[in-house]
Amino acid sequence: MLQHFRKYTMLIALVAIWLIFTVLTEGVFVSPRNLSNLFVQTVAVAIITIGMTLIIVTRNIDLSVGSVAAFVGAIAAFLQVKTGWPTPLAMTAAMAAGLLVGVWHGFWVAYRMVPSFIVTLASMMIFRGAVLGITGGATIAPLSDAFRSIGQSYVPPHLSVIIGVFAAAWYLFAHYYKRMLRAQYGFKVTPLLIDIAKTALMILVAAGFLAIMVHNRGIPYAVLLMVILAVVFNFIARQTVFGRQLYAIGGNPDAASLSGVNIKKQIMMLFAVFGGITAMSGLVLASRLNAATTSAGQGMELDVIAAAVIGGTSLMGGEGTIFGSVVGALIMASLDNGMSLMDTNITYQYIIKGMILLLAVWVDIATRQKQG
Amino acid sequence: MPDDNILEMRGISKEFPGVRALDDVTFSVRRGEIHALVGENGAGKSTLMKVLSGVYPAGEYSGNILIDGREIRFKSIKDSERASVAIIYQELALVKQLSIVENIYLGNEIASRGVINWDESVKKAQDYLEHVGLKVSPVSPVSYLGVGEQQLVAIAKALSKEAKILVLDEPTAALSGGEAEKLLNILKKLKSEGVTCIYISHRLKEVFDIADRITILRDGKTIATRDKAELDENKLIALMVGRELTNVYPRKPHTPDGVLLEVKNWTVYDPDINKTIADVNFKLYKGEILGMAGLVGAGRTEFAMSLFHFWGRHVSGELFLEGKEISPRDAGEAIAAGMSLASEDRKRYGLVLAEDIKTNISLASLHAIAKNTVVNENEEVKSAEKYSKELHIKAPSVEQQTEALSGGNQQKVVLAKWLMTKPKVLILDEPTRGIDVGAKVEIYNIINELVDHGVGVIVISSEMNEILGICDRVLVMHEGRFTGELKIAEATQEKIMYHATGGK
Repeated sequence: MLQHFRKYTMLIALVAIWLIFTVLTEGVFVSPRNLSNLFVQTVAVAIITIGMTLIIVTRNIDLSVGSVAAFVGAIAAFLQVKTGWPTPLAMTAAMAAGLLVGVWHGFWVAYRMVPSFIVTLASMMIFRGAVLGITGGATIAPLSDAFRSIGQSYVPPHLSVIIGVFAAAWYLFAHYYKRMLRAQYGFKVTPLLIDIAKTALMILVAAGFLAIMVHNRGIPYAVLLMVILAVVFNFIARQTVFGRQLYAIGGNPDAASLSGVNIKKQIMMLFAVFGGITAMSGLVLASRLNAATTSAGQGMELDVIAAAVIGGTSLMGGEGTIFGSVVGALIMASLDNGMSLMDTNITYQYIIKGMILLLAVWVDIATRQKQG
Repeated sequence: MPDDNILEMRGISKEFPGVRALDDVTFSVRRGEIHALVGENGAGKSTLMKVLSGVYPAGEYSGNILIDGREIRFKSIKDSERASVAIIYQELALVKQLSIVENIYLGNEIASRGVINWDESVKKAQDYLEHVGLKVSPVSPVSYLGVGEQQLVAIAKALSKEAKILVLDEPTAALSGGEAEKLLNILKKLKSEGVTCIYISHRLKEVFDIADRITILRDGKTIATRDKAELDENKLIALMVGRELTNVYPRKPHTPDGVLLEVKNWTVYDPDINKTIADVNFKLYKGEILGMAGLVGAGRTEFAMSLFHFWGRHVSGELFLEGKEISPRDAGEAIAAGMSLASEDRKRYGLVLAEDIKTNISLASLHAIAKNTVVNENEEVKSAEKYSKELHIKAPSVEQQTEALSGGNQQKVVLAKWLMTKPKVLILDEPTRGIDVGAKVEIYNIINELVDHGVGVIVISSEMNEILGICDRVLVMHEGRFTGELKIAEATQEKIMYHATGGK
């Protein structure tokens, strides 16, 4: 019972936070327009949190995400605005730069044994400097319409609905297929009725989410990107050899190594992939701001780490889920959004966010002890 | 004249869950003597010393301890230090980053109102260092010293606390011959100055060199206390091992056939802990259980780890599996070649405790149950359930977290992980340590079954009964070298102990 409660603590907390803000803002908080905004605001942090979860699971950390995201955005903006590259090409180049930064981190952490804290602290400074260099200390703007659309445009409502229907169909199929396979292996399957109720509930929640989006202007592209990344990385984390080995490395590096896990190679790979994820977030960020600025992404690493930890990722390694981290990012964004709506003094915004981080981790630790 | 006993321990018993580590032990030490405490691994020597030093506080054991005729009840290590008992452990409790003088006075600083008087400290430390024959500056960091010199610093530290009873637990285990001799001379000198010393060692030659009296422990009981003159090495060994063989060992006749693994000129050196595996040569046959006996610290674990490039900085030698030379660069390549190693330390090298049974069992075989790197979770559950059943792992399901399992079941999960890799050579390091008899027998049965299927099994064990009970052939290691090879028909506890203590 307690275990189930723990799994959903943060989800319950998220709903509670939404209810509180709904009451305090007299309903403005749950208006489709605001919720749609809230999700868009979540994206930049949530995308990185998805990757950061796996980084933390392996007992590493990345403090450079804010600087690297800004760096990637600056490269894309520079190429597109100053040298007139076509948008797709500029973005591809920026993505490649992100990947290279990831490889650089991986090299130092995995093959030169420098703690990731130090490697990425160095990068935090290095790439903030690089941003200043590329932008010449000034904002690069405005971006082309195509570039802006990733962060600011919406999938048209009718197309959104079609996507929703396809996603539901795919979900049902995947679920049914899995059930069938389990039955083939002769394992017990959940009673059909309960299974139907569960999937129906999931689809209902997703449909509600879709309805809110469509009611506004459709699914924002950025949110679509976030959902796809979350699904893909959830799969990678749970069902690929790579993902499984990351959790083993974090849980017990000695045992993993003696079991034949090539720790260096996997850590290298993880950082490279994470560079790519950070780059995507950087592009979304630049696109939303419609500019590459020198201060973009400052302090982002703290939001990201806080979101991952609130979502149940353990800094001791070996524990954490993608789903939990997305919820954590949503909690952080909801606090920002709700308090801004209420015009809360920025002083209290920081204090409240800090207190909630502390409280969330304490609840996690306290329930864990009772369990053990 | 009655004995002038500085220390008397009467009727000491100490229980751990499921084990009686000390059973009515009596142990008395005369003032100013060097008293050796000997026994096999697990005989209870370290536990007894932990009772003496207050690591296990009064109340956690039964019996009485008298120092200078007065009964004492230590609540902590601090208490025992105040009563002038100082213990120097196998793993030295020195802070390597600090200087010698800082270490000597750590927790015992010469200070007034919280401010340390360094001049006074250094001057006194200098005296103690000279006393133990160490000619180094007290302000140099401990990390600059060799293991032998660190040992002497630890003794200097004990002297600084005005220890009257000095306990040394395997002080020479990590020392070279010359260093060990130096240490023994220092101890003799301290004895002449009236310091009483309890000396625990596996090196019987040293014991005979230095001790006045010897107490033998076996299976948590006092077997005898004798003057050195009454004993010789053979008599001592007989007292240490002389227990009846219990018949829990399901021996099956095996028919070894063809060389499976050959190790040639295997030499490993690790300067960090000053340990060497020298020139190891042996063959393992198909369908054979080869035992590796020896005392704790003989280098068997390190040797096994070095085959997987998991220990040692300078590894050289050749490895032939089924006649073909292999040179795995890490555990992954060794596993792929067909070798698996179940470590003695299941918590450190065996399990990911936060994960469930199935995830642990599949960890070393993920590629085998994955298609295009996607793990087939159904296949995983199926395999895990199969091994769970074969090995009688007691758990509600394979989704049970391994942290919640008993030691025996955890060990079976580790074993299941290695069985799933379908090894040709399986090395088991202390496969039954800390698990109950029932689980032990089950594990022996599994080993026998593997051997029937042509697997070559190497069992590293410090339990003499186990070696004699299940192996077909025994190699004995002493300080990184094989000092004896015995066919099981000719092997006896005495012969093994003879080789294990350095006899060739």
